[in-house]
Amino acid sequence: NRKAKVKRKAKRVSDDDDEEEEEEDEKPSKRRGQRRRTKPQDSDEDDEGDKKSVASKASKVSGKKGAKTSRKEESEEEDEEDERVSKKKRGKAASKKEKEEQNNDKKGKASGKDGDNKDKKKKKNANSSSSSSENDDDDEDSLSEGEIAALMEQVEEKKKLISTIRSKPWRMKKRLLVLKEAQQFVEKFEGALGKGKGRRLYAFKVMMTKKLIKFNRDFENFKTACIPWERKIKEVESHFGSSVASYFLFLRWMYGLNLILFGFMFGLVVLPEVLMGLPYGSIPRKTVPRDEQDTAMDYSVLSDFGGYCKYSVLFYGFYNSDRTIGVLKFRLPLSYLLTSVGIFGYSLLVVIRTMARNANEGGDGGDEGEFNFSWKMFTSWDYLIGNPETADNKYASITTSFKESIVDEQENQKDENIHLRRFLRISANVLILCCLGGSGYLIYFVVKRSQDFAKMDPKKLTWLQNNEVEFVMSLLGLVCPPLFETIAELEDYHPRIALKWQLGRIFALFLGNLYTFLFALFDEVTAKLETEKSIKNATEWALSEYYANYTSFYNTTDVPPPNVNPADVIRGPCWESAVGREFVKLIVSDVQVTYLTILIGDFARAVIVRFLNYCWCWDLEAGFPSYGEFDISGNVLGLIFNQGMIWMGAFYAPGLVGMNVLRLLSSMYYQCWAVMACNVPHERVFKASRSNNFYMGLLLLILFLSMLPVVYSMMTLSPSFDCGPFSGQEKMYDVVIETIDQDLPAFMGTIFSYASNPGLIMPAILLMMLAIYYLNTVSKGYQQANTDLKKKMQLVSMSSILLLSFF
Amino acid sequence: MGNKQTIFTDEQLDAYQDCTFFTRKEILRLHGRYHELAPHLVPMDYTNEPDCKLPLALIVDMPELKENPFRNRIVESFSEDGMGNLSFNEFVDMFSVLSETAPRELKAIYAFKIYDFNVDNYLCKEDLEKTLNRLTKEELTPEEVDLVCEKTIDEADLDGDNKLSYSDFENMISRAPDFLSTFHIRI
Repeated sequence: NRKAKVKRKAKRVSDDDDEEEEEEDEKPSKRRGQRRRTKPQDSDEDDEGDKKSVASKASKVSGKKGAKTSRKEESEEEDEEDERVSKKKRGKAASKKEKEEQNNDKKGKASGKDGDNKDKKKKKNANSSSSSSENDDDDEDSLSEGEIAALMEQVEEKKKLISTIRSKPWRMKKRLLVLKEAQQFVEKFEGALGKGKGRRLYAFKVMMTKKLIKFNRDFENFKTACIPWERKIKEVESHFGSSVASYFLFLRWMYGLNLILFGFMFGLVVLPEVLMGLPYGSIPRKTVPRDEQDTAMDYSVLSDFGGYCKYSVLFYGFYNSDRTIGVLKFRLPLSYLLTSVGIFGYSLLVVIRTMARNANEGGDGGDEGEFNFSWKMFTSWDYLIGNPETADNKYASITTSFKESIVDEQENQKDENIHLRRFLRISANVLILCCLGGSGYLIYFVVKRSQDFAKMDPKKLTWLQNNEVEFVMSLLGLVCPPLFETIAELEDYHPRIALKWQLGRIFALFLGNLYTFLFALFDEVTAKLETEKSIKNATEWALSEYYANYTSFYNTTDVPPPNVNPADVIRGPCWESAVGREFVKLIVSDVQVTYLTILIGDFARAVIVRFLNYCWCWDLEAGFPSYGEFDISGNVLGLIFNQGMIWMGAFYAPGLVGMNVLRLLSSMYYQCWAVMACNVPHERVFKASRSNNFYMGLLLLILFLSMLPVVYSMMTLSPSFDCGPFSGQEKMYDVVIETIDQDLPAFMGTIFSYASNPGLIMPAILLMMLAIYYLNTVSKGYQQANTDLKKKMQLVSMSSILLLSFF
Repeated sequence: MGNKQTIFTDEQLDAYQDCTFFTRKEILRLHGRYHELAPHLVPMDYTNEPDCKLPLALIVDMPELKENPFRNRIVESFSEDGMGNLSFNEFVDMFSVLSETAPRELKAIYAFKIYDFNVDNYLCKEDLEKTLNRLTKEELTPEEVDLVCEKTIDEADLDGDNKLSYSDFENMISRAPDFLSTFHIRI
């Protein structure tokens, strides 16, 4: 099948060649024709019959190429016979049938090669005049609907050729030539299309498409020029091969995604509030409370994101709940909610689209082991490698992998002492479960304790007590993975399987930690909601007292609001800001720990190994500490979880996205430097998954998991009464309902009320499930058909062998 | 920037962009690299399409190709004469096929050519042995090499002629997960 395709391609090539030749032929004749036209038009006035045949032949020229490709197989003799026949019948050419016309075209071609056919010249004359001039009415009439369609088809074909020429396996010289021919053809005949009134429109359209193509190309050039770090990644690639570079590509992709998210958040939420909202200090939620003001600028407080940081655009609490702000009547609360939801929607879209593209690129792996040796043979060399040391490592690793496969092939692993191994594996898993449980409990315990600390006087607390949660979480993330690795030694798996287990365990650890943290946080939130309620009641009571007093004292209903400095107003705990602060602190401590690990674990180690080696009793470089290797899977997982926290925290702290952009930016430079300066290429690389969709799948899972708490808090928790854009609402999503009720026309409201009717939602869900089921079945059917075809192919090849052996 | 415009005309650059997976800037950079290889041979002015070829020895010395065990084969399969002399057109062609955006089908065609050492349009055992020896720096014993080659043919050969035709190769490589990421040179 594939072969046939190649052949077909080759044929296409030869066809195109013919066309080229032919066009060469056309050129001189065309020129001659034009010369004739400048003379008195003798040929046109010769006799009517001849003219008609000219006209019909002009049409045949246009149809010729299409016909030629399909009827190329016909023999030359036949052609010549037809030619003779048609010469006799020339006068009646106009009335000929389709088939004969096509034969005639053939004749036209043959005669064109002969060189001096008068008709041919006229044909060209007619054709060129119809394409170049508009005042020759006779010629214009000669192009009927069908011919135009045929010509159009050819032009389309040529255009398609132009757009796909870059993936044709021809030599460059030939490609350039074919491209030129095709472009000339399109140029020449495009003008001939379209008639009468339509022509101008068509010409305009053609011009616009040309402009569009040019613009697209410029845009494409611009886009590739915008992609950063190409050189850096190339450098890493040539030193470490494609696997390490894949982490940096992932990091770059993540940076792009975050940049767009940041654009959304900054452009639709932060900037409007800064430009059009009330300034700092105007209302209580934008002012540092009186008792915090002394320490609000202290470095220790600021580094904790307290003080002025807490009452800034970074956090949820700063935003005002006015329905519209500024002269533009910008609906900030609505925008806040929609942007937060939109960030999830956009991320989901991008991740799924990337996954689909990766899947399309193929390499789904097929059946494991089917092409074990072939893949090793043809795809194990990494063409990116450009560094001798890496190349040596690669040679060694390929050799070992071949040797391993050979051993595997020769004897399928004999199991000695299966009981001991089973026991060891079970005990390893128990140990790891204990670790996971322990880390979860530790986090829960620490978060609870931090709530107790929060009730105490902040001045008496030490730094450790203030940052205990983040500290413990980072420490767990640092200590547990190597611990798991050590425990996994007990299991004695094949390195690839071991890596999978390791990844699964780290994933479970991170996920468990994150969710314990969240549950503990929500515990805290419910507690805060209680205190808030009492404060709210107290304020309301005080306010109503004030109003009552004011009315009774001045005997007026026109009461001015109480004149209290915004810094002195009693306010609730604003749990959203507190949650946001926790996330920000978590991210910052995560960055600190990661960077410090690189600095100590990689850089300091490399320095020690490098310089102490001169005066040490064993070879440090080859022996025990040696240089570090780049931990691909750990780093990718770290990145994924970091992103999960960003998605979760962005709702409570809009500034978090911006901070993450900075983090990714710095991390790109820092890690690039670190990996080039202190790491050595891997001796053996095991990829966790054969396709890079594995990590994308993890990202999708994390996206979904981080969406849950945010949606939960939007839908069920009641927002703080005195801070944030949703203050005063019963639930956060009430903003949307309010907008529907007040701003959209009434029928929209009814539509929404119908749409949210359970009677309608249930069938919709059912329908969706049915659709999923249907698609699933269809895809299974295709898979089945695929395997059947494959089997048949093998069967056919087998039978052909049998046949061959018979004869 | 101003003097760079004289290397190619705009039409040439457009044509190159239509025919390759490169942008304007990358084509100019490629020319720079090509020029760098032999400054006295390669003219700076390409507007009248000078006929100039660089020998294999110069091209395989590029850092991108230097460590590649198949460097000679790569250059040979992209040269028109099969001896490894590359004109600028062929040079661009080579890196276009090896670029990130080239489709799998195109890459597969050229990968087949590269591994086809004796240029008979089949990957026979001899070709596989050479491939394997280059991959492992001849560290495997002859028996091992024999086994691996037989296994490879066994796995991928669909029509049972004991050598791999292009369709066999294509079928096998189209499902290889690492092919796209490793058959790629960043320029």
